[in-house]
Amino acid sequence: MIKNIELSRKRFAVIDPVKHLRRRELSQKIAFALIWLAGLFAVAVLLLIIYYVVSNGLKVIDLEFLTTRPAGGVSGKGGISTTIVTTLYLVILTIAIAAPLGIGTAIYMVEYAVELSGKKGFLTTLVNLIRTSVEILAGVPSIIFGLFGFAVFVSYMKLKFSLLSAGLSGACLVLPLIIRTTEEALLTVPQSYREGSLALGTTKWQTIFSVILPSALPGIITGIVLSVGRVIAETAVFWVTLGGSYRLPKNLLSSGRTMALHVYMLASETRAFDKALGTSAILILIIIGLNLAINFTSRHFYKRFSGK
Amino acid sequence: MTEKINENGKTKIRVEDFNLFYGKFQALQHITIEIPGNRITSIIGPSGCGKSTFIRSFNRMNELIPGVRTEGRILLDDKNIFDIDPVELRKQVGMVFQRPNPFPKTIFENIAFGPRAHGIRDRRILEEIVEKSLKQAVLWDEVKDNLNKSGLALSGGQQQRLCIARALAVEPEVILMDEPASALDPIATLKIEELIQQLKEKYTIVIVTHNMQQAARASDYTLFFNMAENRAGYLVESGKTTDIFTNPKNELTEQYISGRFG
Repeated sequence: MIKNIELSRKRFAVIDPVKHLRRRELSQKIAFALIWLAGLFAVAVLLLIIYYVVSNGLKVIDLEFLTTRPAGGVSGKGGISTTIVTTLYLVILTIAIAAPLGIGTAIYMVEYAVELSGKKGFLTTLVNLIRTSVEILAGVPSIIFGLFGFAVFVSYMKLKFSLLSAGLSGACLVLPLIIRTTEEALLTVPQSYREGSLALGTTKWQTIFSVILPSALPGIITGIVLSVGRVIAETAVFWVTLGGSYRLPKNLLSSGRTMALHVYMLASETRAFDKALGTSAILILIIIGLNLAINFTSRHFYKRFSGK
Repeated sequence: MTEKINENGKTKIRVEDFNLFYGKFQALQHITIEIPGNRITSIIGPSGCGKSTFIRSFNRMNELIPGVRTEGRILLDDKNIFDIDPVELRKQVGMVFQRPNPFPKTIFENIAFGPRAHGIRDRRILEEIVEKSLKQAVLWDEVKDNLNKSGLALSGGQQQRLCIARALAVEPEVILMDEPASALDPIATLKIEELIQQLKEKYTIVIVTHNMQQAARASDYTLFFNMAENRAGYLVESGKTTDIFTNPKNELTEQYISGRFG
């Protein structure tokens, strides 16, 4: 029972909700405005870059530009046909090497290595080592991967400047990305799926292959598409492993030139800056297209799995 | 000492001095019991007394948790389950979980998954199994036109019956149910209970429940578990459900079923 109602009301009035309302609302408005400005600025810069590259690049883009091969030399004449094809080859090769390795590693770490938790021994140490290496590798500058690829694949294994050297080095570059995204995707698969499947008398591999991997597929695909983007955009690694031949690669041991590498060479070694912008414009459009593809597939899978 | 709770039926599962440890912590101690075939046996007891751990021992699901160690024997038709390959054992001893856990696949694929994993490839046989299992789980009439819909699009009660159908599809002998109705509304719960009654003709059913009315309504035999002072679960009393609920021998059982603790 409150005996003194007046006193209790007074007590309440110590915090007056109206008193500083204006000032508090003003500070909220300022904070909002600053946050908005920051966001707006970032988007504006991005749009400006895209606009600059695409609008300048479009001037040189026509069917001829896309279908003739670079002429070489310092003039920068010719188109980019062979660089488009080389990029495609390299993407396929890199992903073909990195995806099975990366997905396999992630499956091992999430589905099998858990059995080791709490135990001590060689395998546990190994798994922890893998995990730490993946994290470190993800932050290593790409030129280091390039130098590694140059030392090991190009020189030591005598694969020379070739698609194969570049593909192997590129695989090293995107491996941490694929491992991490796949690991995360596997970790989001509910434990109840694993239990439900194993309780039916399926083997661990049947459970992984038929229940866990399909559920994790959207995440895995996202990781692979991000890696594709990474390979398309990469220059440093391929600069020291792929060589720079503007001819169409004939086999795995041929040298070649990707689009990003072509942009770099045009800009640094020729007078054809407009063609560098044209190639960049196409690169940017491809990257935007890839991101739309990620959005589309993840939405598609979400719909299919949730049954909505 | 073996507790006899079954006068006329055949014993399906015999547990002999069973102990289970999570690392150093003992979760179950000295459990000895016979579970009759083609009957519904419910396990009741306060939270944390090891009911779920106990039934998860029957299909060796506990082994998925690192650091679990067991002592003693569990015999399924006189064969020690720890001598059977867990994959083979789980085909014979199916399980339905507390929360419905259909796979993110179509209704058809949810049920066909088990038989397919056991090597059945013929589409026609799979279709027969799916229809039979859904009918057994009393879900067929509700989903027969939508077999290609995602299992996740069903209501909670339907999802749980789908999971029961999924377990039935691999033709187990024993079905373990770990609080199968605790996440469902009363009407869906009633449907599951009716379903369990029908299933006992063909299967041996062991059901963990938190709900004493459910145990009283839906089971033939009841085991009452409690936590010892070292927090390990042990079997206090077992017998026919009617006896346990009307004439409990142990004081603890009486206190528990009359709601004085738990």
